[in-house]
Amino acid sequence: MTIHDTSYAAVMARKNEIMKQSLGIDYDDYVQSPIAFDYERMMAETGYTMDDIRRIQRETKVGDTPLFELHNLTAAVRRISEPGKGATILLKDEAANASGSFKARRAAISAYQALIKGYRGMIAATSGNYGAAVASQAAQRGLKSIIVQEVFDSRGVGQPEIVEKGRKCEAYGAEVIKLSVGPELFYMLLRTLEETGFFNASLYTPFGIRGVESLGYEVAEQVRTRYGKDPDAVVITHAGGGNLTGTARGLLQAGCTRTRVVACSVDLSGLHMASDRDFNRKSFTTGHTGFGVPFATWPDRVDVPRNAARSLRYMDEYQLVSQGEVFYITELLTKLEGIERGPAGNISLTAAVTLARQMDEDQIVVVQETEYTGAGKHHNSQLAFAHANGIEVRRGDPVENVPGKAIVIPEHLSQVQGRVQDMDKLRRSYLKNAAERLPVAEWSGNDFEFLAADIKKDVEWVRNQGVA
Amino acid sequence: MTKISTGTWVEIEQIVLTPEERAPSLPPETKASPYVMRVSGFLVEDAELGQATTVRTIIGRELRGMLRVVNPSYSHSFGETVPELLTIGTEAENF
Repeated sequence: MTIHDTSYAAVMARKNEIMKQSLGIDYDDYVQSPIAFDYERMMAETGYTMDDIRRIQRETKVGDTPLFELHNLTAAVRRISEPGKGATILLKDEAANASGSFKARRAAISAYQALIKGYRGMIAATSGNYGAAVASQAAQRGLKSIIVQEVFDSRGVGQPEIVEKGRKCEAYGAEVIKLSVGPELFYMLLRTLEETGFFNASLYTPFGIRGVESLGYEVAEQVRTRYGKDPDAVVITHAGGGNLTGTARGLLQAGCTRTRVVACSVDLSGLHMASDRDFNRKSFTTGHTGFGVPFATWPDRVDVPRNAARSLRYMDEYQLVSQGEVFYITELLTKLEGIERGPAGNISLTAAVTLARQMDEDQIVVVQETEYTGAGKHHNSQLAFAHANGIEVRRGDPVENVPGKAIVIPEHLSQVQGRVQDMDKLRRSYLKNAAERLPVAEWSGNDFEFLAADIKKDVEWVRNQGVA
Repeated sequence: MTKISTGTWVEIEQIVLTPEERAPSLPPETKASPYVMRVSGFLVEDAELGQATTVRTIIGRELRGMLRVVNPSYSHSFGETVPELLTIGTEAENF
């Protein structure tokens, strides 16, 4: 066995070589410049059709999840809306997937790919539902799994939500590497991939994203069958961008070209994502702006050379909600609709309430996921933990929420308003990030076309932004 | 010190990177601590708490570290009742 230098710098320098070994994808094949690459060809060359994806997922208890109409919540929204307003709210119950979240769709295709390529196991670096999804899918395919997880701060204290996710991974037979706070998670992933020769079940490979396409496709099929039309809007919780990208691509493949694709994140502005102190002052560990904004404005900051999750390519709007609003809606879902689901999965439901209020009564807004709930992953445990960490928890107007300081839970549904994120600002920020990779003077015609497609605008718009 | 027997399910801790070895440009409060890993497995030799040892993880990998916990368990819960949630969606709030 070769003894490698395991210092931070040495491992990071071997990144490309480790990626090639652990994924079986040579990204150099697709790269056209420091900015542009052949995105569609990369997605197509996974070799899977929609039928393949659905068949593979059915084999391991993934997909065909129910779509529920939330009658009582819809009625409650109509009571606070202007006459004629208040769209029907539908909920895709993704908690019904093996391992309890939509992430099973991503893991299913990665596990299948790992199996047919002859890998003995798979590894993912995640503190989210994806870990359990990888562990569950690996177990069903007879593969070993390792989950690399950021769990605790320097006091050894972990968010109850993350602790629960670690437990679930171990329950499915995964080895869980629990780490202290820091961006060295990626370093640890690379080291473990190199040591084991396992498959890199990154969240951001084309396999993972193609796996989510079935979700958008099912939404289109189910809404058409039951309501005889396409959904008017689909609301998608946004963090790394895979949920949004995959769902939107699935909707487009089903022909839903007029459906509005709405991103939604919990507003955690002001908290630093690599900070040991701020780590346990967040009451959401995903679905928040600490991931959503940087990943939208530069997707290629991930554990693969080019990210298959490119949210601005598909996003029409971006709604922000506060932690208190999501906890309120989570409790309301339980009491009004008789289903208990995890708070992180209800981020998009919170935005859907705001949207439904603005939309016409005969329109349809789809919330495309839920997640499982249980000890640790429950709004009561998250709030109790926040309180124990010195965060003020009270009822009031949610505009008074201050991330890391105060969680203000609305007193009435009419106070659930969210706020809109400026899309053009995000797009300009993306272009500035691109200009840091390659000076604007060196952008080719192909680069301009790639950038325009990547932010859902035309080349003319890109040229007129002052960046270019 | 009590000897923990071979085959016992334990958690070990390993310092992966000292503060000096950590990634550049970390916030100072993060940079102040080492980068630490904890992992569970079966002891492959008799060992004492606090001692360097080796475990075999659930998937059969051997990893070294300091023996930290015997029979590591989960005790996370639903937390103490948060009264602010109780009345949401009830008659008291006009639903």
